Amino acid sequence: MRELWRYRELLYFFAWRDIKVRYRQAALGAAWALLQPVITMIMFTLLFGKLAHLPSNGIPYPLFVYCALVPWTYFSGVLALASNSLVNNDQLITKVYFPRVLLPAGTAVAGLLDFIIGSLLLVGLMFYYHVTPRWALLLSPLVVLVMLLLTTGVSMAMAAANVRYRDVKYALPFIIQTWMFATPIIYPAAMIPQKFRPFLALNPCWGMVEAFRACLLPGPPVDLKLIGTSVGVTIAIFICGAYYFQRTQRTFADII
Amino acid sequence: MKPAITVEKLAKRYTIGGADQGTNLRESLVRLITLGFIRSNSQEQTIWALRDVSFSIEQGETVGLIGRNGAGKSTLLKILSQITYPTSGSTKVNGRVAALLEVGTGFHQELTGRENIFMNGSILGMTKKEVERKFEQIVEFSGVRKFLDTPIKRYSSGMRLRLGFAVAAHLDPDILIVDEVLAVGDAAFQKKCLNAMATLRQGARTVLFVSHNLAAVENLCSRCIWIDGGEIRMDGESRRVIEAYMGSMGANDTLASDLDSVENRRGNGKIRYRRIEFLSPDGTPQKVIRAGDPVVIRFHYFASEPILEPSFGFRMYSEMGTFITESSTWHHSIAVPLLEPGAGYLDLEIDCLNLMSAKYLLSLWLTDNTGELLYDNVEHGAILEVEKANIYQSGRDLDSRSGLVFFPQRWDLSGTRTHGAQSPADAARVRESLTP
Repeated sequence: MRELWRYRELLYFFAWRDIKVRYRQAALGAAWALLQPVITMIMFTLLFGKLAHLPSNGIPYPLFVYCALVPWTYFSGVLALASNSLVNNDQLITKVYFPRVLLPAGTAVAGLLDFIIGSLLLVGLMFYYHVTPRWALLLSPLVVLVMLLLTTGVSMAMAAANVRYRDVKYALPFIIQTWMFATPIIYPAAMIPQKFRPFLALNPCWGMVEAFRACLLPGPPVDLKLIGTSVGVTIAIFICGAYYFQRTQRTFADII
Repeated sequence: MKPAITVEKLAKRYTIGGADQGTNLRESLVRLITLGFIRSNSQEQTIWALRDVSFSIEQGETVGLIGRNGAGKSTLLKILSQITYPTSGSTKVNGRVAALLEVGTGFHQELTGRENIFMNGSILGMTKKEVERKFEQIVEFSGVRKFLDTPIKRYSSGMRLRLGFAVAAHLDPDILIVDEVLAVGDAAFQKKCLNAMATLRQGARTVLFVSHNLAAVENLCSRCIWIDGGEIRMDGESRRVIEAYMGSMGANDTLASDLDSVENRRGNGKIRYRRIEFLSPDGTPQKVIRAGDPVVIRFHYFASEPILEPSFGFRMYSEMGTFITESSTWHHSIAVPLLEPGAGYLDLEIDCLNLMSAKYLLSLWLTDNTGELLYDNVEHGAILEVEKANIYQSGRDLDSRSGLVFFPQRWDLSGTRTHGAQSPADAARVRESLTP
């Protein structure tokens, strides 16, 4: 732990490097952070909002889906990059000592930039649709914290697993796709029959997305028990992920 | 005072072979399910890279670590730098460690030189403030001031080396571990780096230095540890250990080196050297090469895919590590546009081997035409033993007491004024007649 504090500057450097490199040669640059969720939002609105007429808790569908897309894009984007962060930096890992966890952690920090940009657009959308947030807005930092915990936990586990089993990175896009449909992004949680909800609440992203929406947008009262389950799972995942990473990192330099 | 580095009964085992490298989840799952029904037929072999290694280094000592390729030196350094962990045994390190296992660690192609100085410094353990403080000195040392704001993907490999070492030289650690990073780079820069390390030594820092340049090791280090086959063969005063080490580099039966089994090599391996043979001009393998002989050096290679514009070359060193000469297809501006995959060989025809009798070491290089992409590099991959010979047609067999190189030459006495004495008896008579 003490070591992580000593190496904190390196964490910023990794995050800074990721951001710099991503935007340096990209023609669209910062616009890309917005483009992806916005285009997704438009597609989902057309398909699920207009064509399929999915309900959206009384809020305009674009706003409904975008609000969930912001934390989801952070989670899935960081997960995809972080899983490869160790393998891509194999040169570093075999030549220099530093706490290996800084690599996936750096990706998680770097992703926050896109998250902030996306959130700003979200605020813009809220103004556009004349939607006022609830008082629970003040709790949103907590939700962001849970989001960070979840993302870091899963990222650590995936990054470590990818070092040993290289096909993790092939399975990941499929896992993320499925995960997205199991999370109430395009549909409201209220749509799921009561008896199934506790099972789906085991999906930690459920809590993350529902809580994020609940803080910012008006809607039906939030089921604290279900969110609590999700948060509990998040914490468990973080602990397991960290433990797995810690145990396997001794062999990284040998097998990478 | 507590010793800087203590190593006790260190052992490191690697498993190689079988399909174990880069398994996929799918295979592992299948293996789990069919456990007991189908036996896995992948043979897993064990290699002990280090076995029962123990030593301790006091603060302020400069210690050299020498040994043949594959002896375990790099593994030991990796363990000391906490990059990998021992199978058994322990290490204790007292003080801040900076390990230079390769120069330019942390360099990212897209970032500029300036940005990479900070990145590299941070990776090696410097805080941002430290880097800022020493920024000017680092830039001065590296000599790339003009290119500071260009992405380093545009740098030559020499520039990258200089920049990397510049950052590393200003690290200010308690313990510095350096691994053969000086094998690349021109003579002037190598000297600069060695001086930088000597300054570190004066500052009572502990230095652990791995190199094949035995002259440098002897110069810099008062103590030397010789590692052979994963064990400590000798540990003591530099001169004695180095002499013993040189004495052990045995002669081969024919002068050929089989490189297939050498693990300790750099480069991406798409094309590799397999064997080096020394032949006479008519193609017969030689047992003995004498000073002044014509010799053909045959470089056998194997390419696993088509290779664009490769450059084959080598550097020759004396036993003590002095750089004698180098040659490559690039030096001769020979362009090989596209090499087919498979095995092949290249011949270097030397008309007259102007080397005195001694043992010479060849480090082999295979890069692309620009020198940027490294396919294969085996340090000291071949040994050439040159026997003495009557090089000046003088009836004397001369050896390395007369130097390492010699030139085709003759003495012309027509400018002198002699008495034309033809033999020692004549000369005696003439001398008698001259004395009053």
